[in-house]
Amino acid sequence: MPDTLLFAMEATLNGLTAGVMYALVALGFVLIFKASGIFNFAQGVLALFAALTLVGFQSGQIPFSHLINAIFGTRLHHFGWNMPTVLAIPATVLVMILLAILIERYILKHLVNQEPIILFMATIGLAYFLEGLGDVMWGAEVKALDVGLPKGMSSAVDEATFAWFGYGFYIDRLELWAAGIAAILVASLTIFSQYTKQGRALRAVADDHQAALSVGISLRFIWVLTWSIAGIVALVAGIMWGSKSGVQFSLSLIALKALPVLILGGFTSIPGAIVGGLIIGVGEKLFDFFMQPIIGGATENWFAYMLALVFLLFRPQGLFGERIIERV
Amino acid sequence: MLDTQKDEGYTTADGRKIGGVAMEMRNITLRFGGVVAIKDISFDIRWGEIRAIIGPNGAGKSSMLNVISGSYHPQEGDVIYKGYKRPKMRPYQVARMGIARTFQNIALFEGMSVLDNIMTGRLHHMKANLFQQAMWWGKAEREETENRAQVEKIIDFLEIQHIRKTPVSRLPYGLKKRVELARALAAEPSILLLDEPMAGMNVEEKEDMSRFILDVNDEFGTTTVLIEHDMGVVMDLSDRVVVMDYGKKIGDGTPDEVRNNEEVIKAYLGVAHE
Amino acid sequence: MLYREAGDFKTSYVADNQTFPIRFDRIGYYVILGVAFLVVPLFITDYWANSIVVPFLIYTIAALGLNILIGYCGQLSLGTGAFMAVGAYGSYKLMTAFPELNIIFVIILAGFITAGVGVLFGLPSLRIKGFYLAVATLAAQFFLIWLFTRQGWFYNYSPTGMISAPTREVFGYPVTGPRASAVSMYMICLCFLVATAWLARNLTRGSLGRQWMAIRDMDIAAEIIGVNPLMAKLTAFAVSSFFIGISGALLFTVYLGAAEAGEAFGIDKSFLVLFMVIIGGLGSIFGAFAGAAFLIVGPVMLKLLLVNTLGWPTDMAAHLEIMIIGALIIVFLIAEPHGIAALWRTIKEKLRLWPFPY
Repeated sequence: MPDTLLFAMEATLNGLTAGVMYALVALGFVLIFKASGIFNFAQGVLALFAALTLVGFQSGQIPFSHLINAIFGTRLHHFGWNMPTVLAIPATVLVMILLAILIERYILKHLVNQEPIILFMATIGLAYFLEGLGDVMWGAEVKALDVGLPKGMSSAVDEATFAWFGYGFYIDRLELWAAGIAAILVASLTIFSQYTKQGRALRAVADDHQAALSVGISLRFIWVLTWSIAGIVALVAGIMWGSKSGVQFSLSLIALKALPVLILGGFTSIPGAIVGGLIIGVGEKLFDFFMQPIIGGATENWFAYMLALVFLLFRPQGLFGERIIERV
Repeated sequence: MLDTQKDEGYTTADGRKIGGVAMEMRNITLRFGGVVAIKDISFDIRWGEIRAIIGPNGAGKSSMLNVISGSYHPQEGDVIYKGYKRPKMRPYQVARMGIARTFQNIALFEGMSVLDNIMTGRLHHMKANLFQQAMWWGKAEREETENRAQVEKIIDFLEIQHIRKTPVSRLPYGLKKRVELARALAAEPSILLLDEPMAGMNVEEKEDMSRFILDVNDEFGTTTVLIEHDMGVVMDLSDRVVVMDYGKKIGDGTPDEVRNNEEVIKAYLGVAHE
Repeated sequence: MLYREAGDFKTSYVADNQTFPIRFDRIGYYVILGVAFLVVPLFITDYWANSIVVPFLIYTIAALGLNILIGYCGQLSLGTGAFMAVGAYGSYKLMTAFPELNIIFVIILAGFITAGVGVLFGLPSLRIKGFYLAVATLAAQFFLIWLFTRQGWFYNYSPTGMISAPTREVFGYPVTGPRASAVSMYMICLCFLVATAWLARNLTRGSLGRQWMAIRDMDIAAEIIGVNPLMAKLTAFAVSSFFIGISGALLFTVYLGAAEAGEAFGIDKSFLVLFMVIIGGLGSIFGAFAGAAFLIVGPVMLKLLLVNTLGWPTDMAAHLEIMIIGALIIVFLIAEPHGIAALWRTIKEKLRLWPFPY
């Protein structure tokens, strides 16, 4: 088998695993968009914030220690203990729920019935606020995140592909785990929305706000619920990305990659988010692989957006989204 | 040129002279997917007349108006305008050919003042290009002033001088309707389309609006097509009436003819009127 | 008692259409212009020019441009940084290819180049809007920056990947390069700002401005009224990009002197200008000034307070700064979506009636 083809296949596999990561962030977007029609630009920063909080809890950092030190001239940094991961994750989940409640109370409640574009810009503001808050709370330096997920080359894949093609593919075990966890996440979200009372309420609101309100579903509760779930999804995404490349600001930029994913998949479709993520992941790896000799590298910076742009021109509703019809 | 221009029109009961055919709808059929909104409808609109389209809810009246204003493109049939078959064109092109309209759910530009809204109606009377406007020289400023004078005439006519510079979003419903009429009139249209001009108004406001519609027709000779629910108003205002039901035309003629039409009575009285 | 319309009768539509219908405002406007052109140049120092005044002038031009697109025409763009880069790299290529060309023409031409690129990336706006369009403009942002950092032709294959502005003179005074004085930098930026603000005002008060606003307020109805959406949106993109291109060209040639696309014109610039427009006031010329002033002066003040006075670490001040900006955006969107300009208008309306508000 020619080498180029093998390399291309490896790039495809790597693209698929990267795509899972994109899909994880996109998932949070879709949840919020479905339930409230808000295009949440802050989803990526939410992932960053969750990861920062998790690391902070794990290493027993004192929140706002830099700020406190700056004001009072103290030298606080750590509580002096390490929280085990099994405690730190639930604690972070609680923080994300608290955050959802605060967001609902101080932002969303006041922006009901505003135009989507205003809400979108508000979430850009929220993204900035959370980014600053995360840094002020936990410090801005790059942090390693380890929740005990296996890392390094997957020898099983390496050996299997070596046996088949005579060339071992490099796949990080972490990414295989990420794919598995993403599958579990999607499955549990589906079960939640299909078989629980809250899930049904959620779907009702997604379908028709007015009708849902008129049968007594509390919109405010639904918003807190979706933002909490989105926060938890963000935590999962944050753990995956953080374990892979450290917890740092660039994490919030992956949120931007989720936007083209959504354009491809459609804003209201969970399977769309997954498929869109995979297409973008594979597409950008393969494009870079083939085009690098011709136009130079780092095309990953823009390929996803350009692909989304082309999609917008020919199929604005995405692969799985619903067609939008407008009238006066 | 098609052969529709031959006939000379008629004279109404109150002595107004109605001209030849301005627009003719020929065998219009409009479908949305599997749903037929308009089924093989033909009628004409003559210069200077007030033509009404009536019918129960869902009869296809609004769809018909949207066909005339170019928002919907019928699958079958032709629109003959000023003697020529109108090709498929975008709504703004239709507007530039002299067809202006108002909307059932007021479609004013909420972020702009009353004056700016009405000035927007005079768009195709203003020809200054980007660079002239950027410099505010010659043509741009002259046009602005000339068109402002025209708009002020309409403002006087509709008695809305006092709210000239008010943002539209602050106006009550009835005044908004009047501003929308002003915006449509500002275009100096050949045909004026009114989509339920009296919807949601009280009796007094309805009387005002009826008077304005008649005055506009009187003063400027504007050909007017209107959709309206209120039968009484329609019968008083219009010269000829098209009656639609379930996408089909069931009657066409003067108010008196329509009133005595069997099928119309059935459609209106036989089924519960909403 | 001075701030009145009463007694100041307008006898023609021209007089009624003027920019400052109240005499007090008119006088204030001439006073400010006079001070800006005659008094400030006498006192301006390098510190003031570099930390506040020149960036304020340059970003105001960008904010004017973005405000036309978002505030007047309702088309959201997150590609401002990249369009500024087009202006910067356009002016760089022009300066190096035609050394004899006057810098003023270079900057204006860079504006036209940016207008062309803006129209190209504005084409999707015909089919999509809102945040869909925002994603399309993100494509412009990332693609253009990639182009400018990866394709050697744009930076004349300089080994560092940076572009740097050679010295150019206007009336014998250097305005770019290391020898440019604070006064000449200030004056060239001021002239461009006054000119662009005047153009923006003219364009927004006439027929074109009304077409933009009609598209913004209700695009479907606007088309039925007779607004050609293609023309309205593309002219908005062109004019907006023209201003942003001029701003980017000035930022590079006059202010920075040397730049690298990824550093100087990243997505954070897009957000900075967007925030200026939101805080200043969507759909207001004055808002562009107010927003730029707020977001240029605010951080400087904050840094003075926290770092120089209280002795806090610089990075802490920077983190607090983005937190505060984010919070302000939300507060403004909730409390006053039309920004500082609307607050100012409210004050003026009160003032007009003062001291007898009834």
